[in-house]
Amino acid sequence: MPSTETFYEVMRQQGISRRSFLKFCSLSATALGLAPAFATKIATAMETKPRIPVIWLHGLECTCCSESFIRSAHPLVSDVVLSMISLDYQDLIMAAAGHQAEAILEETRHKHAGNYILAVEGNAPLNQDGMSCFVAGRPFVDQLQEMASDAKAVVAWGSCASWGCVQAARPNPSRATPVHEVVRDKPVIKVPGCPPIPEVMTGVLTYMLTFEQLPPLDRQGRPKMFYGQRIHDKCYRRPHFDAGQFVEAWDDEGARRGYCLYKMGCKGPTTYNACSTVRWNEGVSFPIQSGHGCIGCSEDGFWDKGSFYQHVTDTHLFGVEANADKTGIAVATGVGAAIAGHAAVSGVKRVQQKKQQKQQEQGDETV
Amino acid sequence: MSVATPNGFQLDNTGKRVVVDPVTRIEGHLRCEVNLDEDNVVRNAVSSGTMWRGLEVILRGRDPRDAWAFTQRICGVCTGTHALTSVRAVENALGIPIPENANTIRNIMQLTLQAQDHLVHFYHLHALDWVDVVSALKADPKATSELAQSISDWPKSSPGYFRDIQERLKRFVALGQLGPFTNGYWGSPAYRLPPEANLMAVAHYLDALDFQKEIVKIHTIYGGKNPHPNWLVGGVPCSINVSDTGAVGAVNMERLNMMSKIIDETIEFIDKVYIPDLLAIASFYKDWTYGGGLSGQAVLSYGDIPEHANDDSAANMLLPRGAIINGNLSEIHDVDLTDPEQVQEFVTHSWFNYDDESRGLHPWEGVTEPNFTLGPNTEGSERKILALDEQAKYSWVKAPRWRGHAMEVGPLARWVIGYAKGVPEFKEPVEKVLTDLDLPVEALFSALGRTAARGLEASWAAHKMRYFHDKLIANIKAGDTATANTEKWEIKSWPKEVRGVGTTEAPRGALGHWVVIKDGKIDNYQAVVPTTWNASPRDQAGNIGAYEAALLGTPLAKADEPLEILRVLHSFDPCLACAAHIIDPEGEELTRVEVR
Repeated sequence: MPSTETFYEVMRQQGISRRSFLKFCSLSATALGLAPAFATKIATAMETKPRIPVIWLHGLECTCCSESFIRSAHPLVSDVVLSMISLDYQDLIMAAAGHQAEAILEETRHKHAGNYILAVEGNAPLNQDGMSCFVAGRPFVDQLQEMASDAKAVVAWGSCASWGCVQAARPNPSRATPVHEVVRDKPVIKVPGCPPIPEVMTGVLTYMLTFEQLPPLDRQGRPKMFYGQRIHDKCYRRPHFDAGQFVEAWDDEGARRGYCLYKMGCKGPTTYNACSTVRWNEGVSFPIQSGHGCIGCSEDGFWDKGSFYQHVTDTHLFGVEANADKTGIAVATGVGAAIAGHAAVSGVKRVQQKKQQKQQEQGDETV
Repeated sequence: MSVATPNGFQLDNTGKRVVVDPVTRIEGHLRCEVNLDEDNVVRNAVSSGTMWRGLEVILRGRDPRDAWAFTQRICGVCTGTHALTSVRAVENALGIPIPENANTIRNIMQLTLQAQDHLVHFYHLHALDWVDVVSALKADPKATSELAQSISDWPKSSPGYFRDIQERLKRFVALGQLGPFTNGYWGSPAYRLPPEANLMAVAHYLDALDFQKEIVKIHTIYGGKNPHPNWLVGGVPCSINVSDTGAVGAVNMERLNMMSKIIDETIEFIDKVYIPDLLAIASFYKDWTYGGGLSGQAVLSYGDIPEHANDDSAANMLLPRGAIINGNLSEIHDVDLTDPEQVQEFVTHSWFNYDDESRGLHPWEGVTEPNFTLGPNTEGSERKILALDEQAKYSWVKAPRWRGHAMEVGPLARWVIGYAKGVPEFKEPVEKVLTDLDLPVEALFSALGRTAARGLEASWAAHKMRYFHDKLIANIKAGDTATANTEKWEIKSWPKEVRGVGTTEAPRGALGHWVVIKDGKIDNYQAVVPTTWNASPRDQAGNIGAYEAALLGTPLAKADEPLEILRVLHSFDPCLACAAHIIDPEGEELTRVEVR
């Protein structure tokens, strides 16, 4: 492999004009939530860096992360695969199978030791001596640990790899175990969501390639750039929450007018993700815009936090439900309590709000 | 040793054993082993699911209105179809009729999935079994352009277009980093396309990769995201508001226009790129007639795409319902999922225990007790299997049977049933393809026939999206904007104990969910999925499943390159996360929970 090849050279050789290249850099900067000035930095970086091998393993999962990845629009996934990374192992799309496929893993470990990114979709089940998920006749957990040992960094795609997700929901019958619990000697970048937003996935990869560093992570290991704020903080229906205008039943007048879905169980107030800003599938919509509350799919253990609709079904839990209708302040237990706190401060001074948010973030991190 | 199976196949495991693990370009984890004779022809086949997860155990005790979200995570490739099956099962149990608009929107979403999933399967999971990427480097772009223009009026077909793609590919290959094409079977004598057809297919591989993400935006309009859009028991979560205040928060004119444009583009891409490519590729493989397996003798479909809401009759299903057995296409049997004699599952060769493994159990009575054991003829160890012993247990997939018959499900099954029923919208396209390629009807029963049926179905689905779009508009125009029935939303309105069944025709075939609701909670939840049927191991009588049957008789150009094995398996579009069974390690509740 001619190691002098860079993104920029590859893109130019493939007929992409400098103008398009700069446009791509600008889009990347936007996707990453960076100031326009960063586009120049991205361009400079891409002009001088070679392509990096990426090994993408699958454990217990449903392949929604791979499917989300191929939905990426900026950059287009065809450009990612052909021009930005060397996606040498990805069992959903790779041509080779069987021992020809496994040979790629062996070769990568030796040829690119310490220089490849390990991307993991899904997690390792530990019951049945690991044989509840086996690849090439061996437990997946062995394959994962081997490939992690020589990787430069590990990316945990989606909620399966990050937290365990649906198969780890109570009673976790296969003992599905997230990546950071079986790979302890490497930085693990968690990109949660079921699945994560396509452009968030390519954005995190592009960030690492561009700046040659891991993205700044929060205390739970998530890139701050995409997971630093709650859905609720930037929700376009937020004014209805503040005004006490709620959907009370499916397809009621409020639903048709786009009122707040909090009472229908929306988990936006406790979910850290970029859905309400980046949105989905090239900005077409996101769950709340399409009339269903957020189910909190990027949060640790979201399957075990009660029904997705519990605010409406357990109305007896609300102490002053009548008040909520009129003032937008709900008093509830559990998740509701945090929301109630948040609602209360939304009408008071900014400094108090900040303090409240900080407490809430700390609370979330200990969940 | 050569043995005859009850369902009419000869198995001989004396020849060279070839193992393919992992089988790639599928969803989930599948292992395949075959024995070859001295001419490298497959004489014995073993299909082994190598993962399980546990969703049905996890569902016990949960809110039935949440079940769609859990079951949707069975599979992110056929995203949405498990959710739809789940809300139908819960509505069936609770007796909840849904508004006409909800039925229409659900149909549009299911058809969107069919179109997108089939397209992605053809180009990104299956094409490389027929298309040699490296050969495309030798193509003449001008001749490629002529070829493309001779089969379609798709506008992206100039010599310059193909030259640019080829240049991009050349540089990619020259860099020495082949990415996902690394270690492919390039140059194999099993590839038959001329360089120009290969270049055309590679160009459309990239075009389809860029385009498929457009189709799913219809899921995003109604469900907020894709993969894994949101669903609702009693209807759909998105309201309709085309005229009044707040229309930005609901399905409005702009959303309907967006959907309409996507439907137009989907129809155009499938009819002008996918179908012409499929026929062009097939014309070079006309005598590669392998991979038929069970398709000519035993096929099953539950039916789907209900024309009207709240009518479960076969006559209301636009995709046909029925079963064909013993190769008798003149008799279509009725299918009843509540009949304990019809659908049953066996575990003789699966990693589960029954008290009496000579019997099959209807899903209502399902028992799942894990038993990961390897037979005495296994090569290797428990943590490093070199070769499985198929005389013993050898898969995490159970063996479902319909009245004792191993069945094939999926697009070919649906189209064979539609063809056999004489339904014009299935019969006519099939006959046209056979006439265009100058092939007899028997050619349908092959890997290529399966791939062709999927293509025809993608086109059918895209045109039906237009039909239901128009129906939605007409209904709104008539003043009906309802999208959800909330009469039985509150748990306190439910009976103490009820049970229900929901079905769909997923892209990969017949899908059924069974639910028991007790005291407002899920008491039992079971799913029998398409790949459980197709990837089925042997049963107690020795009947082999659809994958195993289809592999028999397939010749390999090179014994150490599994290209033809992949070709046959991929023609089914395997989905092992769906098929994989689940367990309860504590041994509790196992008599109550069907695990897969």
